[in-house]
Amino acid sequence: MTYIQLSYGDLILPALLVVMDGALSLVLHLKLERQLAIATVRMVVQLVLVGYVLTFLFAVVSPIWTALAAFIMVIFASREIMVRQKRRLLGFWTYGLGAGCTLLAAGTVTMFSLLTQLHPEPWYHPRYALPLLGMILGNTMTGISLGLDVLTNGLVRERAAVEACLALGGTRYQALLPVLRDALRSGFMPTINGMAAIGLVSLPGMMTGQILAGAEPIDAVKYQLLIMFLIAGGTGLGTLAAVMGGGRLLTDHRHRLRLDRIAAETPG
Amino acid sequence: MLTVSALTRLYISVSFELNDGECIALQGPSGVGKTLLLRAIADLDPNAGAIKLDGALREAVPAPLWRKQVTYVAAEPGWWADTVQEHFTDWNDAIPLVARLGLPHNCGTWQIQRLSTGEKQRLGLARALMLQSRVLLLDEPTSALDATSTTIVESIIAERISSGTGVIWSTHDSSQAQRVGSRLFVMSSGGHIEEHQL
Repeated sequence: MTYIQLSYGDLILPALLVVMDGALSLVLHLKLERQLAIATVRMVVQLVLVGYVLTFLFAVVSPIWTALAAFIMVIFASREIMVRQKRRLLGFWTYGLGAGCTLLAAGTVTMFSLLTQLHPEPWYHPRYALPLLGMILGNTMTGISLGLDVLTNGLVRERAAVEACLALGGTRYQALLPVLRDALRSGFMPTINGMAAIGLVSLPGMMTGQILAGAEPIDAVKYQLLIMFLIAGGTGLGTLAAVMGGGRLLTDHRHRLRLDRIAAETPG
Repeated sequence: MLTVSALTRLYISVSFELNDGECIALQGPSGVGKTLLLRAIADLDPNAGAIKLDGALREAVPAPLWRKQVTYVAAEPGWWADTVQEHFTDWNDAIPLVARLGLPHNCGTWQIQRLSTGEKQRLGLARALMLQSRVLLLDEPTSALDATSTTIVESIIAERISSGTGVIWSTHDSSQAQRVGSRLFVMSSGGHIEEHQL
């Protein structure tokens, strides 16, 4: 496999396109130039850092360093899940539910693919484990955050309906079922939409990267299909665990709705 | 018999007994805690105290079963499905009661969103009455009804009381409290309850 290597100098000309965006913002008074500048600097710094970190990890091929990198990725994902919630669970579960479900889903699916499909040597080789985890994590995170957001907002909005069912002798599962279904649908929808549009509307980033790196398109397609199946599995597992776990946390053993376990709505 | 001993929910702390076939009218200014009290007895909110039905402690009974026996009916009932009949275990069994409440036989297929406040209140009551509960906790059950419908509701509940159902009836209407209750509880700020014979 051969590919055209880029130097940092090769990136100067394309970077002018971002400068063009900034100029447009100035001319049209969009007031986006500051945000654009910060986002660009962040992107460059973060990606270059990740590049060096991955280079180090690929060189040492250590299970401890790989696990530490995976752990940090999960922490960032769970923070992102928390930030995206309009109404957050109180206490430990603010982070705990998102982190636990992300770890469960993305970890399980990544291990599954490493141990049953890719068989790298060693099995935890960061060249395979971390990119796979990253892609699954990103999509699982979106599913979980959407599912939890719809769950908490739905329970607040549908409180009268849920409590009417409980008051008539319904179990917490029966009372929450319509809201749980909405939350699960919302969590699954981005993945389903993504699968339906892939290849027609856009070529996925990983597949494009492999093709640019010299892989045969059909080999790149096989990898992309593997990733999409893993993403679908991870998102399904993570969203299901988060929504059902959230439903359980927002009720109690006496089948009562416990909206007091949700923090006040965050502005914005 | 429903026995309420040292029931505590936020600032409310009460003890009383409700006999079979008895109706306690509950009155007090808005926001004083009448709804809190009824919901706590139904175990819809966290609360403390010993609540028993015929000597059986509430905590010894699964919560869904408790609420089928001690049923809270909200002033503004909630709805979880699209049509009326989906909220009833057996709609055909409910039709005579629904008709008696002044609603047509075919209202089962009506969309919830097209119901008036009064229709919702009558259907919410019908839905609860179909459970044949031992105790009914009625939270202003006629607040959205006209005089005719109110009379019908009062007579249906009176029949249930005659057949042994215990009722706590929260109302702002003093004359209704006199009509339906055999005892009157007046709740004042701080959750204090004063009992009067009617």
